[in-house]
Amino acid sequence: MNIAYSTELICFLILSAVIVSGSLAVVLLENIVYSAFLLGGVFMAVAGLYLLLNASFVAAAQILVYVGAVNVLILFAIMLVNNKEKLKPIKGLRTRKLISGGVCGGLLILLLRVSITTKWNLPGPASIGEEATERIGEHLFTDYLLPFELASILLLMAMIGAIVLARRDVSIPKADINDLKNKKTLSDKKIPLLSENSIK
Amino acid sequence: MNSGIDLEMSFTQGVQNLGLSHELAHLLWIPLPMLLVLVSAVIGVLVTVWLERKISAAAQQRIGPEYAGALGILQPMADGLKLLVKEDIIPARADSVLFTVGPILVLVPVILSWLIVPFGQNLLISNVGIGIFLWIALSSIQPIGLLMSGYSSNNKYSLLGGLRAAAQSISYEIPLALAVLAIVMMSNSLSTVDIVEQQNTAGFLSWNIWRQPVGFIIFWICALAECERLPFDLPEAEEELVAGYQTEYAGMKFALFYLAGYINLVLSALLVSVLYLGGWGFPISIDWFSSLIGLSIDNPLVQIIAASLGIVMTILKAYLLVFLAILLRWTTPRVRIDQLLDLGWKFLLPISLVNLLVTASLKLAFPMTFGG
Repeated sequence: MNIAYSTELICFLILSAVIVSGSLAVVLLENIVYSAFLLGGVFMAVAGLYLLLNASFVAAAQILVYVGAVNVLILFAIMLVNNKEKLKPIKGLRTRKLISGGVCGGLLILLLRVSITTKWNLPGPASIGEEATERIGEHLFTDYLLPFELASILLLMAMIGAIVLARRDVSIPKADINDLKNKKTLSDKKIPLLSENSIK
Repeated sequence: MNSGIDLEMSFTQGVQNLGLSHELAHLLWIPLPMLLVLVSAVIGVLVTVWLERKISAAAQQRIGPEYAGALGILQPMADGLKLLVKEDIIPARADSVLFTVGPILVLVPVILSWLIVPFGQNLLISNVGIGIFLWIALSSIQPIGLLMSGYSSNNKYSLLGGLRAAAQSISYEIPLALAVLAIVMMSNSLSTVDIVEQQNTAGFLSWNIWRQPVGFIIFWICALAECERLPFDLPEAEEELVAGYQTEYAGMKFALFYLAGYINLVLSALLVSVLYLGGWGFPISIDWFSSLIGLSIDNPLVQIIAASLGIVMTILKAYLLVFLAILLRWTTPRVRIDQLLDLGWKFLLPISLVNLLVTASLKLAFPMTFGG
């Protein structure tokens, strides 16, 4: 056992311990702000695992997308809502928790079984290291072009949806603008793009 | 492939000659450049603080620090010492864990980003393949630290400052990344060393600033916004928010924010010089110069002179930019938050997209000048 191997092993153990305990804490902690910050920690630990696998580009992308964008967005959402408001107690919370715990445990057992029974081809293919960035770009623009474009359309749809929800703009029917005899002011004529009921 | 001085090779060979294994020699080498860069980053901060005090004094027709050392050169040291011995206060109703972790999360990514700053062909900690992308990724961690410290202070000014800081750095990260992308497209590499080398073929005429003038301006504006310098220092706008997310901080925790801000400024200046101003390159090509004297480029003397000249050039260019940033800080008013977001999303983002497209088409049209 040489120095490089033992360093790698220690790093792997620390990172996996952080990931497992961190994600458990994300789910189980009562304080939602702690959960959100810990989620960022878990994302960073996953990036560390990618680094251990010599996939530095994927690691950096993981940090940029998940920590820098997703997690910050979650934190924004949490901090902008009123956190003093007490949540209403939900009926049958205990049974719900038990059921979801059971489902998660079952999933864990299933995944463990799969990972034990699968004959892993060890050692795996040699990592291409620094060349990976070019290789990823090549694949994205040749054989994975369709999924890539579909994903971008999905993101565009999400963005437009967010804009529609956030901007409660109003439209005024054209007939009313030209209708000078109508005594009502234009502001009374405004019709929301989304009806009030659908927002609630 | 790598010509020139390779300190790592000589060090590991020297240690191996003492009878240690290759791995151990490598292990001994690793902390050395890190320590060196850490020390130089802190010294860079001290110099910047002194410059800031002196230049702001000159801008306001004062004298500035004068008694601490010649020309007040020891003043930043005194500032640091004062912060070191100050009481470390955690507000009673604050969340003490998050309150402590916040400043660390702000400082650490900034220091880690020094990994990729090259001062010469082999004079950087690690020539990682993803290079400049690592910096972009790391700088996206910072908003989390800001949000954390803003939230945990349990103070409305802090929270608002933290939210503003996060919103600002998110909206300016996108044009920044697009400006960098145009450079990367021209040099066909993310590595900072390759980016500099591609600029140093014909002295200062081949610097990226001539090929990417728009990108240079976008990058500089975004870098200032990322460092929260005036005219973009909304997160700590004194008149509105006391001191933003750092309102409740004192002592060493405040010093961490202070340090992170200045290290980030120096880092941004260094990266501007790497990306646009030819990095360690001398305005006149060294190859041409050495052939003029009649010495080969592999001559040890030429190598040493070229290496030290490279370090001096990098730092000189960076500090010219730092000077510009300080001058901007003391002469421009602050923008409003809506102006800031308008500038980021409605002006810089479209411009940087257009810049990227124009660069791509120019690269296809003139592969010789724009990196084929």
